[in-house]
Amino acid sequence: MKRLVKLVLRMASLLAAVSILAFLMMAKAPMDPLTAYIGVNSTISEEAKEEAIEYWNLDGPPVERFLAWAGNTLKGDFGESIVYKQPVLTVIKERFQYSLALMLASWLCSGVFGFALGVLAAVYKDSILDKVIKSVCLVFQSSPTFWVGLLALSIFAVNLGWFPIGLAAPMGKLASEVTLGERVHHLILPAATLSILGIGKITLYTRQKLLEILGSEFILYAKARGEGIWQIVGRHGLKNIAIPAVTVQFASFSELFGGIALAESVFSYPGIGSAVTAAGLGGDVPLLLGIAIFSALFVFTGNFIANILYGAIDPRIKEGGFRG
Amino acid sequence: MDEEKSIFWNRRRQTACSIWAAVAYLAIGLLAGLLISPQWYQVDYHMVFAPPSFIHPFGTDYMGRDMFFRSLKGLSNSIMVGLASTAVSSVIALALGVAAAVKGGVVDRFVNWCVDLCMGIPHLILLLLISFMMGRGAKGVLAAVALTHWPELTRLVRAEVLQICSAQYVQASYRMGKSWLQVAWSHMVPQMLPVYLIGVVLLFPHAIMHEAAVTFLGFGFPAEVPAIGVVLSESMSYIATGKWWMAVFPGLLLLLAVLLLDVAGENLKRLVNPNSGNE
Repeated sequence: MKRLVKLVLRMASLLAAVSILAFLMMAKAPMDPLTAYIGVNSTISEEAKEEAIEYWNLDGPPVERFLAWAGNTLKGDFGESIVYKQPVLTVIKERFQYSLALMLASWLCSGVFGFALGVLAAVYKDSILDKVIKSVCLVFQSSPTFWVGLLALSIFAVNLGWFPIGLAAPMGKLASEVTLGERVHHLILPAATLSILGIGKITLYTRQKLLEILGSEFILYAKARGEGIWQIVGRHGLKNIAIPAVTVQFASFSELFGGIALAESVFSYPGIGSAVTAAGLGGDVPLLLGIAIFSALFVFTGNFIANILYGAIDPRIKEGGFRG
Repeated sequence: MDEEKSIFWNRRRQTACSIWAAVAYLAIGLLAGLLISPQWYQVDYHMVFAPPSFIHPFGTDYMGRDMFFRSLKGLSNSIMVGLASTAVSSVIALALGVAAAVKGGVVDRFVNWCVDLCMGIPHLILLLLISFMMGRGAKGVLAAVALTHWPELTRLVRAEVLQICSAQYVQASYRMGKSWLQVAWSHMVPQMLPVYLIGVVLLFPHAIMHEAAVTFLGFGFPAEVPAIGVVLSESMSYIATGKWWMAVFPGLLLLLAVLLLDVAGENLKRLVNPNSGNE
């Protein structure tokens, strides 16, 4: 319990630091503070400008500006996005639904397949199967996400025509008319691209862990009792590697969030990843800040779950006697 | 037969080969980039969208520029960014990691907190933020990649140094009146150098990949500079019309660089790791 409180406190302090850091970076950007809040092509009246300056304290020094911004943010007002002409929170909420579907699909996909492939590779160690799995994972790990996306687009969408080219729903259709099937159809390619990013890591990790377990003495004893390899894996192996593998998977939230920025811009998928690119290129400071903090929150959630799982696996960490 | 083969093709040789392959690839990429003159990939409207052929091994783009030379030039730009930012990040990591482990207490907690902070924001988002702060362009991508690759290496250095800290010769050195900087430099850094250098080698491909990703999203090199990211983001507009070569080959060059470095680093790691010595 004490450990949990400590964890939460640490995350709160980190989140505050992330906000300060992100705000400082935005303040350092070569941009006029007022322009950063209303955009270059703004046509609003002088009065509205005065109001904005007052509300965000834009004339003050950076510290005061930060305090004004932090106060408004804590009240839930992240400001208005310049690119999308909507409140930042609305933009994030709307787009996160799409991104969440994408991330969840690829997260589950890479987790399940990666785990299965890792177990297979470890059981048939040094066989051709193992070598193939290992090489493929190495290549997957080294290939740039956006390039994989482009290849997938070129092969499966353009040449074979199995999948639509980009977007999250058929063009020119009302959001209410889009069926679940169409959504899934649009989701498959981006999700597969994202999974390729994560699958190599989890496969190699599972393989490594299972090999370690299979080399230990209680496995030798199990073999002496006459258990077959799959019996051993089922009875002793999986139990020992499942939780570490799940933990690694939870700790990969950060890469996943980076991955959606790339995958979504390749497939012009209207999620949070393409929003962050648009915000950066369009000089949309409020949205950029909002997404930065939101992404940090997302990563901390993943790490928090991973930390709790660590405690569940290794009681030494929970007791606090083990300094890692 | 099998025995003979395994004696010849053992892990040492494998490692040596992988390292030479990586070094050769990088050297060729870098040199080629320096030697290629912009004339070799100049605009030629007679040769727009030519598929790969003998004259243009990688085809040409929408302005008739030769993709082979453009991609090579881009690769060398990526490698240069990678080298510079690896140098910066590895120095930061060494300083912070050693300081954290040796000084302990507040310094240790502060460094750990910084590492957590840096890893708390998704890496790509952090890259975009820094690049945005610097006003994008070459300066932006260089600063972003150089300033964000130290956290993992810092953790590695800290863990390594912590193990050495309690060794008797280190304690003896303190007793002889050496300052912590002297002890760190003469006893700890040489001890952990192999592990550290492998960490640096493994950092390098990440830096290259992130440079390409940031440029791809439009936060890095401007469009007139040949860079893998620029080439690939241009190809995005033409891929729907079947111009596959614009995306395939430049990406392959990048993939090969990352893969070779990764394999070399992993092989080195296994060679140094005493646990796998008797395999």
